[in-house]
Amino acid sequence: METTAERMLTGNKAMAEAIAQEMERDPNVFVMGEDVGKYGGIFGSTEGLLKKFGPSRVLDTPISETAFIGAAIGAAAEGMRPIAELMFVDFFGVCMDQIYNHMAKIHYMSGGSVKIPMVLMTAVGGGYNDAAQHSQTLYATFAHLPGMKVVAPSTPYDLKGMMISAIRDDNPVVFMFHKSLQGLGWMDPIDAAIGPVPEAPYTVPLGKAKVVRPGKDVTIVALQMMTHYALEAADRLAEQGIEAEVIDLRSLVPLDRETILQSVRKTHRLVVVDEDYRSYGVTAEVAALAAEEAMYDLEAPIRRLAIPDVPIPYSRPLEQRIIPGPQSIFDTVVKLMEE
Amino acid sequence: MTVPLPKLKWMYEQMVKIRYYEETMVAVYAEGKQPVFNIGAGTVPGEMHLAAGQEPAAVGICAHLQKKDTVTAPHRPHHHAIAKGVDLKRMTAEIFGKKTGLGKGKGGHMHLFDPHVKFSCGGIIAAGIPHAAGAALAAKMKGKDSVAVAFVGEGAANAGAFHETLNLAALWKLPLIVVIEDNAYGISVPKSESTAVKTNDRRAAAYGIPGVYVEDNDPVEMYRVSEEAVDRARRGEGPSIIEIETYRYLGHFQGDPEIYRNPEEVPLLRKKDPIHRLITLLEEQSVSSGELEQMEIRARQEVDEAYEFARNSSYPDPAEALEDVFHRAEVNV
Repeated sequence: METTAERMLTGNKAMAEAIAQEMERDPNVFVMGEDVGKYGGIFGSTEGLLKKFGPSRVLDTPISETAFIGAAIGAAAEGMRPIAELMFVDFFGVCMDQIYNHMAKIHYMSGGSVKIPMVLMTAVGGGYNDAAQHSQTLYATFAHLPGMKVVAPSTPYDLKGMMISAIRDDNPVVFMFHKSLQGLGWMDPIDAAIGPVPEAPYTVPLGKAKVVRPGKDVTIVALQMMTHYALEAADRLAEQGIEAEVIDLRSLVPLDRETILQSVRKTHRLVVVDEDYRSYGVTAEVAALAAEEAMYDLEAPIRRLAIPDVPIPYSRPLEQRIIPGPQSIFDTVVKLMEE
Repeated sequence: MTVPLPKLKWMYEQMVKIRYYEETMVAVYAEGKQPVFNIGAGTVPGEMHLAAGQEPAAVGICAHLQKKDTVTAPHRPHHHAIAKGVDLKRMTAEIFGKKTGLGKGKGGHMHLFDPHVKFSCGGIIAAGIPHAAGAALAAKMKGKDSVAVAFVGEGAANAGAFHETLNLAALWKLPLIVVIEDNAYGISVPKSESTAVKTNDRRAAAYGIPGVYVEDNDPVEMYRVSEEAVDRARRGEGPSIIEIETYRYLGHFQGDPEIYRNPEEVPLLRKKDPIHRLITLLEEQSVSSGELEQMEIRARQEVDEAYEFARNSSYPDPAEALEDVFHRAEVNV
């Protein structure tokens, strides 16, 4: 039997490789943020870059998010292609003005005469007891505000391909990477955090969802950790004779409406799973899309699983109660199939 | 210190142009807002922050800048834009909300962008300082000797962005000059009631950089200290702070009842008008009244033509509201 030895990388190494290859290709690409130098990023996103490119292109910054994200905007307007890291997305509160009033709006306010080709990468997600100020995803907070692309890849392959696309994109891209999917030695080791990643540079388009498991009975729309939980649930559902189709959104802005609608028109049932707050969030947006465009294709009400509008609690049983997981997805789908 | 005569003439002509631009705007802005003031009505809707009296801050430093240098400005931006050489017709059309405007009518008076002369402004206090630092960083990374100037009001010196960015710029020795226009009020609150230090140049000590205070809205002193700061930045020696005591002849915005200041204040300030001071200096250097008049005529003509261009331009098609959120060429391969 012939086998092809696929190269396996963790999420963080896939990201760092993408950045390194783009830095080699384009001298205008540079990285700045807190602990991105020697430390290689708290979540490993810039591992090895300082050694390769030196401190003039990999800049450790003071704890001054407004200053360095604002400086990234100013540098991008001058033709550079900065990658700025906001260590945890939860920290956006100290610098959101630069993000939503400037990074996201300058292209529009200038009538398209000023481009801001930058990547704002940031770590998201909970599940490891880091409590209310270090565990959020805040997907919808960013996706709500016009003018920035918002992406959230789920596999090492997509982390690399979408990072390369984000760097080459002429628009500001908020690149959210999930801490649990970085494959870091000091976190719960999970299979999904390691996967095949070709060495040569490649792109994965922004704004395209992916059907990661085909099925005919029900559509589960998810992203990042929820995609992996949905796949686990789908395996168990298959044992019960229920074939779930799982869609990994990958991008929130632009949202791939067509892939969602095609699936709903095929399966006639929809469950949306999100690791963000429930109200006014991703689940509501996807549900509204299905209700507006595919209402008569639905045979049952749409079901939503998300964080039930509480801050993320610290204690293990409390956190496990509020973040959707394979069991709650399984239960929700089983119940929905009876309707 | 004497300003070289060509520079002095340039400063005079720019100041006259700015003053006439702002005075014209007072009248244009009032069109359609009589007898009852309605901010959304008339030829030019929305807020309007004018800079009559604050010309020395802009011209004193822009006299040392070139096209390759970057300027960011706050919500009161016309004097900086004019001194930096922004396309006056397209700027005025933008303020009128016309399709021919710098932002095709999407930005307005507080959001002017002219990348050809590296000028931008925005309506959030102190937010332009990090953008200028980024431009300075880009210049440094590309090995160019261009500099960046961030204009802010004195109120901005109490904002986090000011302190975060000055620390960063000093640390990285960025070619950045922060010009603080102390016009004595943050809307209605006097500086003495908002700021723990008398003058903000003192704050430079916190970042180990030079800081200077220019008294009495003096365009010549502004020119002199700016030369030092710009040269220092071009030499790669890092950022500076310049604060200038300047005068806001008009309200914070047009329609401001100005209940927070003594009605005698502005007439007293106008007696010390910086344009008159420049006329005296030019006359001392034997510039004839005829030449001064010619400069004034030329400046006014340019302003009149800009307003005419704006008036005669069309409004954008409403459908254009949906364009320009993203850059079309999505991937730069």
